Amino acid sequence: MISKLLKSLGKHIDSFLMTCLLLTMLVGLFVLYSASGQSFERLYAQCINIIVALGFMWGAANIGPTKLERIALPLYVIGVLLLIAVALFGSISHGARRWLNLGVMQIQPSEIMRIAMPMMLAFYFSKRESKPVLADFAIGGLLLVVPVMLIMKQPDLGTALLVAASGFYILFLAGLSWKWLVGGIVLFAASTPILWPLLHDYQRRRIEILLDPTQDPLGAGYHTIQAIIALGSGGIAGKGWLNGTQAQLDFLPERTTDFIFAVFGEEFGLLGILLLLLLFSLMIMRGLVIASQAQSTFSRLLAGSITLTFFTYVFVNMGMVSGILPVVGVPLPLVSYGGTSMVTILLSFGILMSIQTHKNLVAN
Amino acid sequence: MRPEVKDYLYEQYHFKLRLGFTAFAVIGLFVLLAFRFFYLQIAQYAHYQTLAENNRISLVPIVANRGLIIDKNGVVLAHNFFVYTLEITPSKVKDLEATITGLSQFVEIGALDRKRFNKFRAQSRNFESLPIRTHLNELEAAKFAVNHYRFPGVEIKSRLFRHYPLGKLGSHMVGYIGRINDNDLVGLEKSDQLSNYKGSDHIGKSGLEQFYETYLHGTTGFQQVEIDADGHAVRVLSSTSPTPGDNLILSADSKMQEIAETAFGNRRGALVAINPKTGEVLSFVSMPTFDANLFVDGIDVDNWKSLNDSLDKPLINRPLRGIYPPGSTFKPFVALAGLENGKRTPPFSIQDSGFFTLPNSTHHYRDWKPGGHGMVDIQRAITISCDTFFYGLAMELGIEKLTAFVSHFGFGRLSGLDIKGESAGLLPTPDWKQRRFKQPWYQGETVITGIGQGYTLVTPMQLAQATAILANNGVAMKPHLVSKIEKAITGQPLVIAPLIQDKIAINAENLEIVKRGMVNVTLPGGTAASIGANAPYSIAAKTGTAQVVGIRQNEKYNASSIDERHRDHALFIAYAPAENPTIALAVIVENGGHGGSAAGPIARKVMDYYLLGKVPEVEAAGADKKPSVSTARNNAPTPEELHD
Repeated sequence: MISKLLKSLGKHIDSFLMTCLLLTMLVGLFVLYSASGQSFERLYAQCINIIVALGFMWGAANIGPTKLERIALPLYVIGVLLLIAVALFGSISHGARRWLNLGVMQIQPSEIMRIAMPMMLAFYFSKRESKPVLADFAIGGLLLVVPVMLIMKQPDLGTALLVAASGFYILFLAGLSWKWLVGGIVLFAASTPILWPLLHDYQRRRIEILLDPTQDPLGAGYHTIQAIIALGSGGIAGKGWLNGTQAQLDFLPERTTDFIFAVFGEEFGLLGILLLLLLFSLMIMRGLVIASQAQSTFSRLLAGSITLTFFTYVFVNMGMVSGILPVVGVPLPLVSYGGTSMVTILLSFGILMSIQTHKNLVAN
Repeated sequence: MRPEVKDYLYEQYHFKLRLGFTAFAVIGLFVLLAFRFFYLQIAQYAHYQTLAENNRISLVPIVANRGLIIDKNGVVLAHNFFVYTLEITPSKVKDLEATITGLSQFVEIGALDRKRFNKFRAQSRNFESLPIRTHLNELEAAKFAVNHYRFPGVEIKSRLFRHYPLGKLGSHMVGYIGRINDNDLVGLEKSDQLSNYKGSDHIGKSGLEQFYETYLHGTTGFQQVEIDADGHAVRVLSSTSPTPGDNLILSADSKMQEIAETAFGNRRGALVAINPKTGEVLSFVSMPTFDANLFVDGIDVDNWKSLNDSLDKPLINRPLRGIYPPGSTFKPFVALAGLENGKRTPPFSIQDSGFFTLPNSTHHYRDWKPGGHGMVDIQRAITISCDTFFYGLAMELGIEKLTAFVSHFGFGRLSGLDIKGESAGLLPTPDWKQRRFKQPWYQGETVITGIGQGYTLVTPMQLAQATAILANNGVAMKPHLVSKIEKAITGQPLVIAPLIQDKIAINAENLEIVKRGMVNVTLPGGTAASIGANAPYSIAAKTGTAQVVGIRQNEKYNASSIDERHRDHALFIAYAPAENPTIALAVIVENGGHGGSAAGPIARKVMDYYLLGKVPEVEAAGADKKPSVSTARNNAPTPEELHD
């Protein structure tokens, strides 16, 4: 009876992905406990976040890709409207206008875009009767740029980057020609020397520090420098759980959220990091397999984009913590503390599972 | 052209191709990350490990107690005590003015405190903790503690303060400490002492405090403390106790110091007393003195100005840096030079008619006594300070032989006393004059050198040391103020043993002639007969007068008509008991007039105390009174004459 219930509950859950997710989140809870100064309250709150997020994942997994395809356009439109509303009436916190107060609750419309953007673009390209032509990519590009610009203006560079990435992956997987891709990159690179002098001094300074944190060791660069010290001093095997001096003595800022990876690296060392990288790689490879086996244009584009966006999260976060990428506010998925990102990530995994587990139904 | 209709197979193929590309890209980028982690955690592990440890561990210095300075009877001249100070770290304070104003609600902060604080700020770095108020009482400390939270960057610290309980007494000898400045830092770095001064704010600046800095300072202890990002101590990892500085035990006696200083009254001058057998300095007086306590905490502008601008120059260490013509106190040494060179051996005598002339010259080198002293041999020449006798002797000796001999007594050289900043004085030679003035040496200059005038300059320290060498029959002992250096914890003393600097081979008969002449100085008929009056011990002495302003030929010196600061310096050297001397001294009273009457009584008081334990009755009025120069006694000489 119970096993039957479990079976029906788990009908649309991909067990391989689920195992990897649970393992990673378990690691995350251990790190969070250490990073928060052994706070059970934080641990408890994160457990709630995970449970809620798993609920969202289960829900998404049980909705078929065809239904997702249908809600893609309305979700996108609502998302853009909310972003415009934020720009006009949003409440300011920490110097950024990100939240919209709906009276009963506060929502962050940019988070909706993380899901809505790849869905919308996947939907758009699945509706093209022919092989997409340049005009399609131009329209796709426009659909991508408008919300990204709105998010960047808040400003929320991290989210803007991830939303842009999720849309870009669709364009790429949909077959955007290499010519345009390389051309675009070359054009952007070529334009920097022209744009650079047009910037204000303070803007240039901010970009310089973003690219080289050591220029401002006590200000913006402090995060990165301390994070690198934490990682480097972890060595091969790490200083041991709860024994990272950088983490435990408050030298690491933002150590439960964006910089939690530094705590992990300090306490578990290179071996721990390689294991974590392995877990992430397995999930990404599984996602790519799901994308390659997906049966509709919509689902294969969406699965590909979700997987690659997940990779982008991981790469940008680890890159920023280890000092090879500028510091943009991107949490480490499944590990960093925070409800919103946990929900967004697990929701997208739910969509992946949905695509994987509904494919036979579609075929039949 | 590709078909317009969707080719699902082609599309799927194309999609998988791109997906495959991304899979490689993912792996490639993860490998890149792995390389980065490998670099940080393996290749650069040691570097980051060190950085993390530096973050985590802070070495908190524990300042050692500075050694005490104690006189020979155990009277403390310099010690330490704890006081609360209110300190501000300027870099941690947003609005300094507002903070200070806010603080003054709880703790009195005067204009002087602000001035001093601003001076410290100008001299130090922003992140240093600087005192705004010192010597807080318990109530003030408590009041601030309650309101501490309102003043980030402000803290109460308990600091060791140096204190000189006797204030002005012997301040040139004891010296003082002051805040470490950039110059001191350079010095500490050179001597590789910088790490030992972490946490120390003060360093010896003058006197014994400066000379014995390495002994007094002690070894700073350290606590390894684990700190968090805000710099708060989390726990102590290890601790090395400081070793307190060594105590200095002096050969000087603060009571004797007091007697000497009181005897000077408000006259300027110097006195140095030495035990001729050991080289121990018994008294080291520079008048006027100053309160060394003013300097410990950083002297304020007003006090500094009044000390520095004073005509009396209280900050000058006169025994070591005051240079004076020796005047007639030079004569015993010139006499010995003559005897040792085979000149003027008794019964050789001259008929003194009151002046001396060089061959082929009409210039009169006058004796202080108009009309002269009649028949004078070398011993009597010392006793009555006969100028004419020494003019002739000096000329016959020649300047080279004269200076070569007297230099054995330490003239023109550093005495090597354990206080820095000594002046070497000057023993002139023709070579020196050629170099200095590009002029030849004139014979007349040799003549006046015989009576301690001319270019010759000595410090009171040198004069005392020369007297001590003479008293000790030509054996020069290295002079020193500190007789013992004592370990603070064990009390184990390091005794500074008497050290023979030099032994001058002097014929005993010649020595006896000079010494006899000096004993007679304090006997009836001598130039300082009053000083020897009623003394239960015998005193060998010599008076001297050094001219400050040149007197023209044929002009008469009239003391009362001369501005006080242009009057002659009074000099006096002596040792006692004459048969077996245990004290030798030199006294200089600036603008004091005649040595016997101005400087002699001071010497007598010091000797009476040292030899008899006699404390002068409180006759402060007499001591404070300016000596009246015009009331010259019968046996008081008028000033020697200078060449024109």
